[in-house]
Amino acid sequence: MTTVAAEIASYAQRRRRQSAVRTAALAVVMAGVLAVLAWVLFYVAVQGFSAISPAFFVKNPPGNPSAAGGGFANGIIGSFIIVGIAALIAVPIGILTAIYLAEYGRGRWSESVSFFTDVLIGIPTIVTGAFVYSIWVIRFGFSGFAGSLALAIVMVPLITRTTTQMLKLVPDDLREGSLALGGSQRKTVLRIVLPAALPGIITGLMLAVARAMGETAPLLLTALGNDLFTEANPGKRMSTLSLQIFSNAITGFKAGQARAWAGALTLVAIVLVLTFAARFFARRSRVSR
Amino acid sequence: MSAEAGAETLVARPRGRATYWLGGDGFFRAVVTACSAVVLLTILAMVVFLLVQGFDAIRHYGFFSFLTSARWAPSEADPNVSSPNPYGILQFIYGTMLTSCIAMVIAVPVAVSVALYITNFAPTRLRRGLSSLVDLLAAVPSVVYGFWGIFALIPALKPIGEFLASTVGKVPVIGVAFSGPFFGYSYFTAGVVLAIMVLPIIAAVCREIFATAPLNWKEAATALGATRWEVAKIAVYRPSRSAIMGASILGLGRALGETIAVTMVIGNSVLAINKSILGQGATMASVIANEFTEATEPFHLQALFVVGFWLLVVALVVNIIARRIVAAAVAL
Repeated sequence: MTTVAAEIASYAQRRRRQSAVRTAALAVVMAGVLAVLAWVLFYVAVQGFSAISPAFFVKNPPGNPSAAGGGFANGIIGSFIIVGIAALIAVPIGILTAIYLAEYGRGRWSESVSFFTDVLIGIPTIVTGAFVYSIWVIRFGFSGFAGSLALAIVMVPLITRTTTQMLKLVPDDLREGSLALGGSQRKTVLRIVLPAALPGIITGLMLAVARAMGETAPLLLTALGNDLFTEANPGKRMSTLSLQIFSNAITGFKAGQARAWAGALTLVAIVLVLTFAARFFARRSRVSR
Repeated sequence: MSAEAGAETLVARPRGRATYWLGGDGFFRAVVTACSAVVLLTILAMVVFLLVQGFDAIRHYGFFSFLTSARWAPSEADPNVSSPNPYGILQFIYGTMLTSCIAMVIAVPVAVSVALYITNFAPTRLRRGLSSLVDLLAAVPSVVYGFWGIFALIPALKPIGEFLASTVGKVPVIGVAFSGPFFGYSYFTAGVVLAIMVLPIIAAVCREIFATAPLNWKEAATALGATRWEVAKIAVYRPSRSAIMGASILGLGRALGETIAVTMVIGNSVLAINKSILGQGATMASVIANEFTEATEPFHLQALFVVGFWLLVVALVVNIIARRIVAAAVAL
């Protein structure tokens, strides 16, 4: 009798110990992942701060990549122009698609649009670049605008997905109230539902912009890059921050790599600021959470 | 206007087709419906245009000759010779599969553990912060991961790679897969970088699934005397296995197409299939990025579009399967 009781007790003890040990193991894995994140961010910060200077933001790269000094001014300008145009294309399409999905769409068509929006998010961006090459660059040559087209294709599904989620979070009472007061569906959507969901939508936009800022692969096939001078005309080939990091990182010259580290720090800073700003907006949102 | 007259207007003149359009309601509906077609048209156009761009090469060498050869030798291409095909893409398919597999082997268990920890074990106050930090891994741009991979990760992996080459690499049959020398740039390194990049994607989906695990199952398990670990295993992990599968395939889809980071650390060797994971190679995505702007040989650029076409096909199939599984699991 006592042996059975002792056995049960020891079994329970063993299970408790197992629970504690495995929970600890999960905590260790969690800590490991955070350590990798810290490793990446600190490494970029240390290398970047040792290479960055005010001149980095106002000078273009030297003609000879092995020469020290210079900066990515033209790439930073190019990034903002290309991503800006991409946003101008992607925001209306993305938001209107989301309005369709959240407010109008019923049945098969709506389901497949929603499904393939998610699928488009998973399409390799290098393929997007090759696609834009085949529809645009072949006729009009490499240009900043072609880069914008490629980034717009990357951004549209991201914007559509977050906006759809935010619109669906708006309580139906608001819609019913507007319709009951005689508002048309268009007015209800544009004047009532959209403003209510706006903070969440802006969050999604910022995350999409952050993603586009860091994209490199599709730009290799579309904007191509232009290290020699500042090009503000999106009809011509243009450099971006991401392209300059890529090309300088793989030069093998210490001076080029130093510039690339300064660029990487700048890019990570831009992306993190956008990400945190997006979080801030999300927290202020009335409808989400 | 009296209230009566107003009521009469409402009754006598129901909103006709003209008001519907002139009031902007129908027009607005038409606009948003048209926009909803953009996504589908884009995907369709991608398939068609990549195929059209590669068509010259496909007509010259034959549709399937690309898939049956591992020899990629653009300099041997001759516009007058159509066989053998110098643009065999098998080694890139192999490279894509190998790097993605390495990434999955590392990322899936880690991502599931992290998601399980955050949803079931972490102190409640920390959960949101931990989620944000894991999400931050996804915010770091690909080019930064590649750059970090060259200068920080490769030196760190060097002892591991050399150890593998000198131990497992010497074992007869399986040694081929780990044979040295290890120079840093390799399938292995690319796989590790990919693992870090897809981890937050898999973890985010898993977290969502684990967070929606039915509470009464957890309560039932706890009431039956299960330990905290057993509750997580029985009531959260086990019922979610198919959804975890979906999340993993979603991560796989991302790993297959990742370009810049891989291009920077894989070595870009296009000579032949390299059996060792410590050797250098190329993936479908990396060869496009690496050769696209320098494709001057006959049919070279067209052949790269063929690579792009197959990459798109693979990505579409993988993503469609993943979304189906995740959608089915979340709907349950």
